[in-house]
Amino acid sequence: MDVSADGIIFWVVVPYVTFAVLVVGSIWRYRYDKFGWTTRSSELYEKRLLRYGSPLFHYGLLFVVLGHFLGLVIPKSWTEAVGISEGFYHFIATSMGTAAAVVAVAGLLILIYRRRATGPVFLATTRMDKTMYVFLAGSLLSGAWATVETQILAGGHGYDYRETISPWFRSLWYLQPEAALMAGVPAAFQVHILVAMLLFALWPFTRLVHAFSAPVQYPFRPYVVYRSREASVSSRAPRPGWDPSETPRRH
Amino acid sequence: MKVMAQMSMVMNLDKCIGCHTCSVTCKQAWTNRTGTEYVWFNNVETRPGLGYPRTYEDQETWQGGWVRTKRGKLKLRAGGRAKKLATIFHNPKLPSIHDYYEPWTYEYDMLLSSPQGQHTPVAKPKSLLSGDDMSISWSANWDDDLGGSTATMQDDPILKHMSEHVAEELEQTFMFYLPRICEHCLNPSCVASCPSGAMYKRVEDGIVLVDQDQCRGWRMCVTGCPYKKVYFNHKTGKAEKCTLCYPRIEVGLPTVCSETCVGRLRYLGLVLYDADRVGEAAATEDTRDLLTAQRSVFLDPNDPEVIEGARREGIPDDWITAAQRSPIWKLIHDYEVALPLHPEYRTLPMVWYIPPLSPVVDVVASSGNDGEDGRTLFAAISQLRIPLEYLAGLFTAGDTGPVERVLRKLAAMRSGMREVNLGREFPEETAAAVGMSGDQVQEMYRLLAIAKYEERYVIPTAHTEVARELEEMACSLDFEGGPGMGGAGPFGSSSGTPTPVAVENFHALSARQTADSPYGPSTPGRVNLLNWDGNGRPSGLFPPDEPGPSGPGGGEPPDGPGSLPGGRQDAAPDQPGGFDGSAR
Repeated sequence: MDVSADGIIFWVVVPYVTFAVLVVGSIWRYRYDKFGWTTRSSELYEKRLLRYGSPLFHYGLLFVVLGHFLGLVIPKSWTEAVGISEGFYHFIATSMGTAAAVVAVAGLLILIYRRRATGPVFLATTRMDKTMYVFLAGSLLSGAWATVETQILAGGHGYDYRETISPWFRSLWYLQPEAALMAGVPAAFQVHILVAMLLFALWPFTRLVHAFSAPVQYPFRPYVVYRSREASVSSRAPRPGWDPSETPRRH
Repeated sequence: MKVMAQMSMVMNLDKCIGCHTCSVTCKQAWTNRTGTEYVWFNNVETRPGLGYPRTYEDQETWQGGWVRTKRGKLKLRAGGRAKKLATIFHNPKLPSIHDYYEPWTYEYDMLLSSPQGQHTPVAKPKSLLSGDDMSISWSANWDDDLGGSTATMQDDPILKHMSEHVAEELEQTFMFYLPRICEHCLNPSCVASCPSGAMYKRVEDGIVLVDQDQCRGWRMCVTGCPYKKVYFNHKTGKAEKCTLCYPRIEVGLPTVCSETCVGRLRYLGLVLYDADRVGEAAATEDTRDLLTAQRSVFLDPNDPEVIEGARREGIPDDWITAAQRSPIWKLIHDYEVALPLHPEYRTLPMVWYIPPLSPVVDVVASSGNDGEDGRTLFAAISQLRIPLEYLAGLFTAGDTGPVERVLRKLAAMRSGMREVNLGREFPEETAAAVGMSGDQVQEMYRLLAIAKYEERYVIPTAHTEVARELEEMACSLDFEGGPGMGGAGPFGSSSGTPTPVAVENFHALSARQTADSPYGPSTPGRVNLLNWDGNGRPSGLFPPDEPGPSGPGGGEPPDGPGSLPGGRQDAAPDQPGGFDGSAR
């Protein structure tokens, strides 16, 4: 199939660039700015709205991510092999996805309202935060709209993204990008994907990095942590010019 | 047996006058930065009172510390690992800023910049969080000296556990001050609560620290600490806590709060303990046995077996000697006059207190009796149930026995030493009544009342095999506002690599502070442009003018005053740069 130059740019170049920025940017940020790597919680300022907004948003988002994993990574042939019909898949994905989206969007709206309306929280919002919010809300809303437009309003089984978007997504990972698959995808999905890629490119430079430090190791470590002073001192990379003098070895 | 050393503190509450010098110097040293306005690593509470943050001792509400499960295991009161992770998006038990206080400043600029008018300008209080006008309604020591206590004292969590009638009487009967820092617990619940593993207890000296690079701001430590001595820096998004001034301790200096204590009531020293038995002791069934259990974890530094064990664990000999000379060990073990704060939290705290006898003495004296007389004091101690119960609520999980024994010892010391001051022998029977010898009581008197600097602080230095790395080891707290630190970066406050605190900086700073002239460069051959006001030529930048009548700036060394600035010929010739300053 022929692929337009636009197609190459949007569905091959942009994804790989995004991925590179995400990975390199995260490594750079981690090395350059460990101290800035935090949730920067504003709970101290305001608890009442956060109490509802934050769990709604985060848990909703976790289900959204899970849904994306199932839809994008698991090939259609696999689900069919275990006897899940297209109709059943469509029903589950649309209903669960819509529910998760509603929860996440509701949480996000509460959080954005809180951030704007609570004086100290708004003052603690950086320009980077605001930019991030635009893209975060953009991805969430465009994704929700894509689902509503193509899955619910369209009737029937809706648009089967597992024939186009999902294979394209997987093709990126085994380095044989098939941009052609994306040519006929509804505009709503295309917009969603592009906005999301911009969000991922922005990711390492925002507070979203806290997602990478989810404390998964916490359940597996002993409660009380001991560290030696010397260990913390010697873990620092030695400064240049401090190599020990060693006797040259004679051959 | 696994021998470990713990740097710990004892405070003699009888000597605390509530001057807050410790709080102020600590704040100047550690928390005078943005985001830490409300953070008091050291605070002084008037008791009875609400404490800081308000009612922090009410663990039914704040859920700090540990609880013992039915099966005899220890569990974080706020919930175990699964619950911590489930509530990570919103910590339900985090105090809000209003449980501390909203930090503020005053509009001082108004005093200078307001136009001339009929009314005297005022500096209104402005919130440091929102920038709005605010009315100040609480602070870190709002109920200082029982101020406003009729309105608030009934909320004191200790009083709530005592009987009803007590609260009314209490205010008339006694009051004392309770300085508090981080307890550097043997079984720290803040460390256990940290999902990121950023908090740790140092192996060498047991100081509990937050790794600022690893903290991700989940805030669980704030909830976990029952003493609420871990604070959340709301600008950097990181937890901060009392460091026991480890950079000072490492070089053998006492903490800032100890050093500056005018009452000389703080003691610093090592305690050796058996790390293998910490969990078992913390899980003791009856909370009233926790004091005994914690005491049993400590190891006698004079015991040859303990010394052997300490060497095996790599504790250096000078540290063992320091542990043998430790005033803490004497106060906790030999004299048994120090008690832990809230042992019922099961964290095995390591800042202990000598409960105050003064309130009892005051009551006796104000009733017209002899407040220095042993027998009168002994009788008063057992009759004044209210102070006793209150102190027991603080130090022994409600068991009045140990508190009474301590107060009787202090009373014996007080009355016995009066005899000595009057030129008589120390009354052995008074000492014997509290299970001590006269000599022992006089030794205790020397430690508590004379309190020589070198006896109060027995601090072994950190080992200098790693001294070179220490130079560049950034202090965990020196971010915002430190030397060379910027303001809010694109990623939030103080992002980026911090400028290390180095010996070089230290010497440069101290040279500048002690230089004779604030204007001249501190080093020959270097020019200090910081004090140049933009007029004329900065001193020392150009070769000196030919010697002549032009001015005193002529051929002087760089330290001398520079040439006069062009537009400021009217300035007195001996004031360089037109400054009106008098420093020379």
